[in-house]
Order: sequence, then structure tokens, then C-alpha cells
Amino acid sequence: MVTRESVVNDLLEKFSGSSVSEFRQQTRIVIAKSDLLGCLQHLRDHHAFDYLVDVTCVDYLNFRGAKHRFGLAYLLANSESGERVTIRVMLDEPDLDVDSIVPLWEGANWLEREVWDMFGIRFQGHPDLRRILLPDAFTAHPLRKDYPLQGRGERHNFPVITRGEA
Amino acid sequence: MAIEELPDNVMISKLDELANWCRKNSLWPMPFATACCGIELMATGASRHDLARFGAEVFRFSPRQCDLMIVAGRVVMKMLPVLQRIWSQMNEPKWCISMGACASTGGVFDTYCVVQGIDRFIPVDMYIPGCPPRPEQLIQGIIDLQDKIQREGTVLGDEFDRPERQLRKRALTELPIIGQTPVFAPHLRD
Repeated sequence: MVTRESVVNDLLEKFSGSSVSEFRQQTRIVIAKSDLLGCLQHLRDHHAFDYLVDVTCVDYLNFRGAKHRFGLAYLLANSESGERVTIRVMLDEPDLDVDSIVPLWEGANWLEREVWDMFGIRFQGHPDLRRILLPDAFTAHPLRKDYPLQGRGERHNFPVITRGEA
Repeated sequence: MAIEELPDNVMISKLDELANWCRKNSLWPMPFATACCGIELMATGASRHDLARFGAEVFRFSPRQCDLMIVAGRVVMKMLPVLQRIWSQMNEPKWCISMGACASTGGVFDTYCVVQGIDRFIPVDMYIPGCPPRPEQLIQGIIDLQDKIQREGTVLGDEFDRPERQLRKRALTELPIIGQTPVFAPHLRD
């Protein structure tokens, strides 16, 4: 459902430097990294976007026309009206730190851990920022576009059991 | 005193062949099913295809009670230590069937986490092609394995100690390490 214009205008007014775009009736608002926590709290407390649908990330390495490396995406929903809105924060290396939103939504805990696991975005203030899917000994962040698609990697570092040993 | 005439109900054989005959007709499979091949594995054990006709229907989920591991499905790097441990816990003599494209080669899942063929890390006796193989193919694989046990098996398990069965089936050096990471879109920055 399309986000109401009053909500979008309020955000654009309140957080300078933000921009809005719409694609197939989905509203996306790009905001500055420093405004992230305030913006999400404002949406939750004043516009009843009380449901955090997802936190995820896109790597725009070698993407046509891209100006930034990573795009964090926060998908919010208003559980009363059904409106949805996407808040985006663009990040560039080497500054991949961003505020954790666990203080706002407890459910963001594992979502942010997955983003850390796959993309290496560090969430400041997260209570327990560990890998969630991959083993702790894993050193890379495999959903980054510069992670090799083929070749030897972590999946080969195992002892070989032969007939004689088993 | 030599036996001059055998009674009709006495047969002469080698001890190895007798042991092989017992072993091959009472395989107890350990279903290591991780993906869609596991569904075909279940269908094979069920009434329509009825693996009991070939003496291998007793699926046990404890490796201590099994002597045939059927790896059905892709194995990821977090699962491989589990697979190796279960294989080590099984009692000798034991055999391993790699069922389907994923278990044998990684299949289409050539990604950072999927092991490209379990034979890189544990010994495999029989490969079954297919994605997933139909129950008939699995049954044929088990029949072939039974044939292999009958032909090669020994009471003491000497056939497992032959050097060619100790070899790792594929060299790990066949895949090169892809080069350094590219710089982020320098021509697109303004």
C-alpha cells in the first residue's frame, strides 16, 4: 500500500538531505546515516509504523550508475493501515558502522546479525553482534559482490577421512 | 579319511563368499538425507518400490546399527564435520553410497558453502547420478553395491586396505583460487 504523502513530506521536512523515490507503488526514502535512529523512531512513535518487516542490505559493487557501495534497507509497516515504507541508508567503505536499531525493535537483533554475517556492516550498540549463519571461524562476508563465486575457499578446509582412519 | 561323497544338502564354499553373501543381503542403511534426494530415498523404502525385496529396508538413525551410509542431498560446510563423525561412528565393515548430483559433485550449488562432492572428504563406494535419482536408480545402485560386496569382500575386510581405495578420489588442487578483489567501480564514481 502506498505511503501517505503527509508521512513522506513530514520526513523530508524533518530530516534534511533525505530524498524520496517511488517504484511500483513502493515508497523508498534515502536518509543520512546520522539520522537513521531518529527517523525510524519518529516513524514508529508518530506515524504508527510499528512493525519492522526486515533489515537487509544490497552491495552495489560495479552496479550501473551506483554512487555508493552498500545500501542498507529497513522495511517498515503500519499494522493498522497496512502502509509500508522503505528507509534506506547508503554506506561506503571504509566507514561501515551504523547505529543498531535493537533499542527500537528487539526483533532487529537477528536481522542485523545476518547483515553483519553476509555483508560485514557493523551495527554500533548491538548487544550481541556475532555471526548467525556461518561458523565463527569464517573470515569473509560472502554476499559481497567481490567474494569469489568459484574456486577454493573455506569449504575445503577439512580433514580427509580415508578407509584406513575410519 | 577323505569325504568320498557329499550328501545332497551340503554345499562347499569359501568362508569369504559366505560372509559376503550374509553381508550383502542384510545391508542396514543409514539415511543421511539433507535435500530432495531424501524424498526419493523415502519413496524407495516405502511400499511402492519396497527396498525390502533386496534386503536393505531396515533404516536406522543410529550409526552404530548401520553399515551402509546413503548420503542423499547437498552437504554444506557446517554439515561436513557431522557427516564425518557419523561415518566414523559406524562399525566396520561399512559402505557409502553418494546419491545424486549434489552429494557426488556439489551439483548446481557451486557456492562458498556447499562441499563439491563428499568423496573429497570421506570414502565413497558407489555413485548414483540423477537430480534426484528415481527409486529405480537407487535400487540399481544398491544391487550394484551388493554385487561389489560379493565380488570383492573378505572376512577380515582386506579389500578396504588396498592402496587404490585409500586414495583420495579427486585432487583438491583442481580448482584455482580466484584472484584479488576488484576495486569498487572507479569509473562510475563522480
